[in-house]
Amino acid sequence: MAYLEVRDLKKCYRTRNGPTAVLGGVDLTLEEGEFVAVVGYSGSGKTTLVSLIAGLIAPDRGEILLDGVPVTGPGPERGIVFQQYSLLPWLSVRGNVALAVDAVNPGMPASARRRITDEFIALVNLTPAAWKRPRELSGGMRQRVAVARGLAMRPKLLLMDEPFSALDALTRATLQDELLRIWAERRSTMMLITNDVDEAILLADRIYPMTPGPDAVLGPAIEVGLPRPRQRRHMSLEPAYQKARQALVEFLRAARTTR
Amino acid sequence: MRLDLSQKVILPLLGAACVLTIWSIVSVTVAPDLPSPGRTWRESQRYVLEPFFKDGEMNQGIGRLASYSLVRVGKGFALALAIGTPIGFLLGLSRRFHQSFDPIVQFMRPISPLAWLPLGLVIFQKSEPAAVFTIALCAMWPTVINTAVGVRSINPDYLNVGRVLKLSRFRTLTRIVIPATLPYVFTGYRLSLGLAWLVIVAAEMLTGTPGVGGFLWQEYNSLVYSHIILSVITIGAIGFVLDRLMGLVEARVRLN
Repeated sequence: MAYLEVRDLKKCYRTRNGPTAVLGGVDLTLEEGEFVAVVGYSGSGKTTLVSLIAGLIAPDRGEILLDGVPVTGPGPERGIVFQQYSLLPWLSVRGNVALAVDAVNPGMPASARRRITDEFIALVNLTPAAWKRPRELSGGMRQRVAVARGLAMRPKLLLMDEPFSALDALTRATLQDELLRIWAERRSTMMLITNDVDEAILLADRIYPMTPGPDAVLGPAIEVGLPRPRQRRHMSLEPAYQKARQALVEFLRAARTTR
Repeated sequence: MRLDLSQKVILPLLGAACVLTIWSIVSVTVAPDLPSPGRTWRESQRYVLEPFFKDGEMNQGIGRLASYSLVRVGKGFALALAIGTPIGFLLGLSRRFHQSFDPIVQFMRPISPLAWLPLGLVIFQKSEPAAVFTIALCAMWPTVINTAVGVRSINPDYLNVGRVLKLSRFRTLTRIVIPATLPYVFTGYRLSLGLAWLVIVAAEMLTGTPGVGGFLWQEYNSLVYSHIILSVITIGAIGFVLDRLMGLVEARVRLN
């Protein structure tokens, strides 16, 4: 059995015009230490999928198992980086990360907790800004704090819901490179939701394309054959990149025209 | 810089001059009983220049009278916050509490201080607690309603952070709900203070307690009309300062 098993996940939302089926039976697996991306059009139900795995909402059908344990509600073993940062604006960078560290290590002495907090702030290169409030930070820095907070929970799985979509292209590239470095350093199990095909190929080991909703499902996973460590610069010339990109784009295009 | 000066100083002075002119014209034409600005100043001079003299219960410098009113408002305001803040949080947090008590809140909100005061006198028998009771009861609604609205408009992402971290109910309240609601709460406090100050005049008039409002009513009955104007200006000035002070506190909270 895989580390994360998602089987036949269905979710409907009740709307004024009757129920809308967002997810129509999603299957997905993820191995420990693996980086998997889910790519799909905006509004196809990607955030719903993340919320379900995070346990923030309950599915209508299907099950989610992480490390053999069924997911029944939210918990810090499934860290999450939200699209809109969702940092607590009244806490400093430190305060935001410390909130997570303190919550998941209740018995630990304060000095040890402080050390972990410092470690994760340093991991995202924010030590000089540790005492700043979120409003004093740029969008890219805020999202780094969110990544640090997510990782500082030491989750079994880090879920990232379009974490870079609100950033400008240059900042986005910087943060992608940093995420690449962090994953290489720590080998955390990560799941990235994105609408950016190149972002998915740069970062992920495997990519699931998602059909546009309603009743969205995932297509067969596409392996990214690019060797690691990866470099953005020459990536587009590699045959492995072109192969993965073609497979993804073709699937997404076909899925759209059959709707 | 010059533009700034004209906008911040000269134009407001021009506005005040207009009002003084209209006041003067009205006092010499349609309302001969209304003291002119000059006469008002002459008859009020002592009250302003020696603000803390005391000749008797109702004949005191305006500073002393204002301080009585301020203490009374302070008590009523403090009581309003002490009762209103928790009620606001409960209304925002608990659907059942909201269903049970929101109709009562909406029902009691528009009741005038003039209606509460006699009831306060019946309950407490004395004028001072009755006045404080009335101020509190009238002033607490903005705090109640703003706090409840604040709790209900917390960004769901903040609450989701708490859920992912499995924070206890208490920690969710202290680390997320209260800080997220604080700007709304302080807007409520500012509006409540404004209301408390509005109510003080009515409360003092009806109970005859010493203070700016009591003084105003007494001087009306003694036909010293210039002192009515003195009281009105004092009430306005203090209300303005109180609002600005609370505005500063509110801005500080909002920044966080």
